[in-house]
Amino acid sequence: MAEPEIVLRINKITKKFGNLVANDAISFSLEKGKVLSLLGENGAGKTTLMNVIFGHYTADEGFIEINGQRLKASNPAEAIALGVGMVHQHFTLADNLTVLENIILGTEALWQWRQDKRTARDRLEHLAKEYGLHVNPDSRVKSLTVGEKQRVEILKALYRGAKILILDEPTAVLTPQEADQLFATLRDMIAQGLSVIFISHKLGEVMSIADDVVVLRHGKLVASFPIAEASREIIAEKMVGEVVPAPKREIMAAGDLLLKLENVQIKGTTGQPLLKDVSLNLSRHQILGVAGVSGNGQKALSDLISGMIKPDEGSLSLKGTRVDHFDPRDMIAHGIGRVPEDRHTEGVVGDFSIKENLVLESYEEARFSRWGWLQNNTITDHAKRLIAAFDIRGADPETAIRGLSGGNMQKVILARVLDNNPEIILANQPTRGLDVGAATFVHEKLFSAKAAGAGVLMISEDLEELLAVSDRISVMYHGQISEPIPVEDVTLQQLGLLMSGEGFHSSSRESHHAA
Amino acid sequence: MQLEPRLHTPLWMTLGAPIIAVLFVLVLCGGLISWAGAPLFESYIALFKGAFGSKFAIAETLVRATPLMLTGLAAAVAFRAKLWNIGGEGQLYMGALAATYFGTGLVTLPAPLMIPFLFFVGALAGGFLLLVPTLLKTRLNVDEVVTTLLLNFIVLLLANYLLFGPWKDPMAMGWPQGAPIIDEGILPNLVAKTRLHGGLIFAVIASVCVWIVMTKTKWGLEIRAVGLNPEAARFGGIPINKTILRTALISGGLAACAGVTEVAGTKEYLTLDISPGFGYTGIAVAMLAGLNPLGVIVAALFIAGIYNGADSMSRAMDVSNYIADVITAASLLMVMLAVMLTRMRIRFS
Repeated sequence: MAEPEIVLRINKITKKFGNLVANDAISFSLEKGKVLSLLGENGAGKTTLMNVIFGHYTADEGFIEINGQRLKASNPAEAIALGVGMVHQHFTLADNLTVLENIILGTEALWQWRQDKRTARDRLEHLAKEYGLHVNPDSRVKSLTVGEKQRVEILKALYRGAKILILDEPTAVLTPQEADQLFATLRDMIAQGLSVIFISHKLGEVMSIADDVVVLRHGKLVASFPIAEASREIIAEKMVGEVVPAPKREIMAAGDLLLKLENVQIKGTTGQPLLKDVSLNLSRHQILGVAGVSGNGQKALSDLISGMIKPDEGSLSLKGTRVDHFDPRDMIAHGIGRVPEDRHTEGVVGDFSIKENLVLESYEEARFSRWGWLQNNTITDHAKRLIAAFDIRGADPETAIRGLSGGNMQKVILARVLDNNPEIILANQPTRGLDVGAATFVHEKLFSAKAAGAGVLMISEDLEELLAVSDRISVMYHGQISEPIPVEDVTLQQLGLLMSGEGFHSSSRESHHAA
Repeated sequence: MQLEPRLHTPLWMTLGAPIIAVLFVLVLCGGLISWAGAPLFESYIALFKGAFGSKFAIAETLVRATPLMLTGLAAAVAFRAKLWNIGGEGQLYMGALAATYFGTGLVTLPAPLMIPFLFFVGALAGGFLLLVPTLLKTRLNVDEVVTTLLLNFIVLLLANYLLFGPWKDPMAMGWPQGAPIIDEGILPNLVAKTRLHGGLIFAVIASVCVWIVMTKTKWGLEIRAVGLNPEAARFGGIPINKTILRTALISGGLAACAGVTEVAGTKEYLTLDISPGFGYTGIAVAMLAGLNPLGVIVAALFIAGIYNGADSMSRAMDVSNYIADVITAASLLMVMLAVMLTRMRIRFS
């Protein structure tokens, strides 16, 4: 048997930030044509390690070899030249440029006297065909779906000659279908001799795609084995250090009606329909899950209930009273707790301290401000209490929230929302990008709110999550919403069909007639 | 050599970096001074003496720093909310026009009321002037950089018209200047035989008040939130447009107060040269101060000192006083660079 060809060797990499040891003497190696999965909870040091490999950070100790060649100066240009390509969790694309322009951005000058875009286009189309990464090179990036944007990121890396692809939480933003597509692409790439480092904390997908698993915990490498020798339980245990039981959904009788949408229509800025004839009911002690491929109206539904937009037609009623004035502050006052889809843009002010973020919705309450003066001591105490109650780690009331990990940032948002004891909770992608521990925490909180009498509307693209948490599930497709199906009766197939638009035709025809 | 983000910046570094940056600028500009053929050491001595070397020099620097503090505050407040108010100069003249209109005999109150009254009407005029482009921004999405900048010329031309026409003081021997502010409206002199007037006290108090508003009140929280992340602010229920309009009133009002201090304090009547670009230099003051209202005091003193010092250096050493602009601009760049570097750690590998 031939010796496996090592393309990337990490040797005793140590990286410290002040007193924090983000990576502690980590060593492993990646073989050609293999997928190595790097697992770990948030804050375990995965992203730091990848940034060291890619040359964004310099390691304090240790070295990295690519194809036997040691990386000298840590700079991204050298890493790229040696064939390392990185796809970040947060895309690094220019929204107002086309796909093709984004791909040649940084490799060639955009404003040449005579632009030779044709060769670039040919190469791009060749790559796209070879790996099954279909995108229109002339689409503007802002018009692409998340899955397409990710394809552009991967194409960008391949265009630059990547032989080792690092994917940081690639499926965090994808639908199951898109994730499947991504896996198919990855298998193609491996078959062509590429090697992949796949960072994730979703065990299911790791089991299906990885050849080898490396588990980090608190900056240390705690386990490294071929996937064949691992089981879900073992990996989960290595990641969190102990076995965490997932909270169980409790079946409860639905209480009074809390939120009712009737025949809501919303049009976008260019007149395209965002919501078409959407009706739904949400009662006490119930969690209604909303499934669907991203971009099918979930954003408009969430914005409507958040008070960010108003319906063009139809009505929204809270406990039988029709709402006429749509404003975030009014919705909060009506007892709606809102967990936004995007933590970074809508959820928090990154440069604000944790305590300021915790009162972002409630600073006008008499306890937090009097005659316009912020009650600093109350605000600090409030933050301390919530930091303890929600186990927000590494947090001081005064530190800027941008330094927190995704999971802890989400805990801050949950703390802000749940502390108001909302009767209705809108949770839009509440566990996106969170690790097992943090996601479990979020689910526990939603369950206890449900037990206390709240109704929860959970929008998610994670079907596993929806099936585990919801009492009923509706699917959104092209701005419409399906009749909710009790979770006991629903099958994955059925959801998959609904998500691809089966069963929506009749209602869409009706709405055409109505119009 | 590598740069890496630093998690915590020690206090000594935050305070020390601007000082080191400024010293570095003086070394750099030393090259220009030598090039102009002047002895370097003596030139800098002359500059320092011109800025802070005598009672008279200190008083003049403080006189010059007064409007700079106010225009600097105006820019600092607006920029915090990402309202790009480039119209400080126009608002300054608006304040000066209002002070002239009400302060030359139209209204007569005892001094303890007259002076606050002039600041009030001046601030109101400047605030409303900035409200116009801000409404265009919030309602119609018109870029305020362009509109505020162009309003400067409109207001300056209006002042031109008034001083050459209806408001021209017949006692001024044909000079285009307004009637003198009545005695009750004149800001009290602080130090005998200097031009130092009570506007300085007003400006320092204003800086402290703005600092308090920005850090201790819900208005400040709203302004900062809207500037840092308008989407999260809106999602959290903060009224964005109301906050921006309020910021405009405060910012325009502060810049206009600089016009009041010049008309009612420094000159005691309106001329067309009451401001050698204080409105624009205020932007530099605010940036140099890192948009911190207390930092504005220091930055205004620094820039005023550089300009006054450069004037006397040019007289003594025959170096063009444009060196002041070079030093100010270079300091701005260097201080911003230094502040950025304090957030980084330099490593040698």
